[in-house]
Amino acid sequence: MTITYTLMDHTADLRIRVNGSDPADLFNNAGLALFDLITKPDRLEAREVIEVAVTGDDPADLMVNYLRELLYLWTGNEKLVKLIDIVDISDTAVSARVSTDRYQPERHEILHEIKAVTYHQIDVSRTVEGWQTTVVFDV
Amino acid sequence: MELKKISPYCYEIPKSGSMNVPGRIFMSSRMADGLHQEEALKQVANVATLPGILKAAMAMPDMHWGYGFPIGGVAAFDWDTGVISPGGVGYDINCGVRLAGTGLEEKAVRPVLDRLVQALYQNIPSGVGSTGSVKLSAKEEMKVLREGGRWAVRHGLGEPADVEHTEDGGCMTEADPSVISKRAIERGAKQLGTLGSGNHFLEVGVVDEIFDETAARTFGLFHNQVTVMLHSGSRGLGYQVCDDSLAFMARHVKTLGIQLPDRQLACAMIRSEAGRRYFAAMACAANYAWANRQILLHRARETFQQVLGIGPRDLAMHQVYDICHNIAKREEHTVDGKLRTVCVHRKGATRAFPPGHPAICEAYRQTGQPILIPGDMGTASYVMVGTQTAMDESFGSTCHGAGRVLSRTAAKKQSKGRAIHRELADKGILVKWTGRSTLAEEMPDAYKDIDVVVDAVHGAGLSKKVARLRPMGVIKG
Repeated sequence: MTITYTLMDHTADLRIRVNGSDPADLFNNAGLALFDLITKPDRLEAREVIEVAVTGDDPADLMVNYLRELLYLWTGNEKLVKLIDIVDISDTAVSARVSTDRYQPERHEILHEIKAVTYHQIDVSRTVEGWQTTVVFDV
Repeated sequence: MELKKISPYCYEIPKSGSMNVPGRIFMSSRMADGLHQEEALKQVANVATLPGILKAAMAMPDMHWGYGFPIGGVAAFDWDTGVISPGGVGYDINCGVRLAGTGLEEKAVRPVLDRLVQALYQNIPSGVGSTGSVKLSAKEEMKVLREGGRWAVRHGLGEPADVEHTEDGGCMTEADPSVISKRAIERGAKQLGTLGSGNHFLEVGVVDEIFDETAARTFGLFHNQVTVMLHSGSRGLGYQVCDDSLAFMARHVKTLGIQLPDRQLACAMIRSEAGRRYFAAMACAANYAWANRQILLHRARETFQQVLGIGPRDLAMHQVYDICHNIAKREEHTVDGKLRTVCVHRKGATRAFPPGHPAICEAYRQTGQPILIPGDMGTASYVMVGTQTAMDESFGSTCHGAGRVLSRTAAKKQSKGRAIHRELADKGILVKWTGRSTLAEEMPDAYKDIDVVVDAVHGAGLSKKVARLRPMGVIKG
């Protein structure tokens, strides 16, 4: 994937900044960034499509809930995300078709154990070039 | 942020803006001079704004930037008028440390250390996605959540003395599994008896210095003795409980009219249905963590016996203590001369109850509660004992470890071109690890100097040094 996120300094956890041309692109990139931290995406095959739909009180809350749901695909179901297609997005709801691969220990290396997506310093905002979010993951 | 020295080991962030109480950081002047923790100090000030907070929002010398509360944070809230916050406990609920002593001296173990570390690595599941040796039915898992360490002992995975020598006897009775989500239950079913990854570890160590002979003897520790220290928590079940609770409270808090400086501080009144549900769910996760560490200790016992070819009597592996360092507790404390029931949040902090406290098991009651402070894997760990000063000053709390000083990314950068495991081997420390970047992220340079942190809490009187342990072999996830 093209790198659309940067790792920022945080003493205990992982903090990332993600950019996107519009909200759909931002949510797509943020989801892919999460799985780029977890594993190497080029080792994944798009085998199974899972529909994800979440709501939030505002764009920042929506981002946390959306990333939470994606993370649970891994922590709860051992599915790793290869591709994301944002089907519909507003300030308070997002739905996506997520292409996943089943975790195979001999094939997929796990780079980080992401425990959770936190609300700490969560931000989703408009920039001159498009959209940006900052997210802190607990590791 | 302005810091005012109020005593030789205590610095204050004066009350300002929406802070209800001041912030208080326990550290030495040497630490204060080199303090680059603006974000963590901001987090202390943020905690001070929460309703019902008593005395001060506190941080221990191992403080560093966390999410919501700082790591190394302590905050107590009035039980009737205060809040409880999942962000004040953290995702790894009842992440904690367990220490066991053995009847063996270093010279008995050193010749077989290689085999021992290898066998421990094989017998103790570690790393991301590892599953445990104990498979749980949903019905049995409910019992684990209710009974904690006692469940494991009841199933032959330990001895009654293990749970006696555990904070709260290895069981929070407020646990109510009916409030736990299906997701949390599912994650918990697979992971009981696993170490985890990141900073979790099992360490074979040796007692290399004793500071308090009487307390050491009471805790069953002697010079040159081989020890086993475990650092692990409630695994995916705990992370899910925290996540579920935060998702709920982020919405719930808006109905209370509380203005939060950081959404991660989402909370509920302790005496509300939302507060009760979180406390009951958190207690379940705490119990799961105690069962988990109990099973890990049992596996360590079995492995020592196998490798050394000795029986339980010769091994004499007895649990010194088990403490939690991510937890919220209902406790009684004297505030402004009045006895109050409070909810103490310790996030990366350890309970440090003094001699005579009724919550301490009988064997240690005259001495005080043992406190287990792991350092980085190349330096040392400490056993300390609780004090009356901690009761008076910090709601019976002290530090929990060295505290990170480098981010994981910075640690990886600094370790480039170095073979951390060889540097440790040169110091006589054998390491086995699972995750590719674990060793770099967890290298000794990533942490504060444990001796400095321990000297600061010792100096502040929040706990007293009993013994220093030096690592011989380390298993990392």
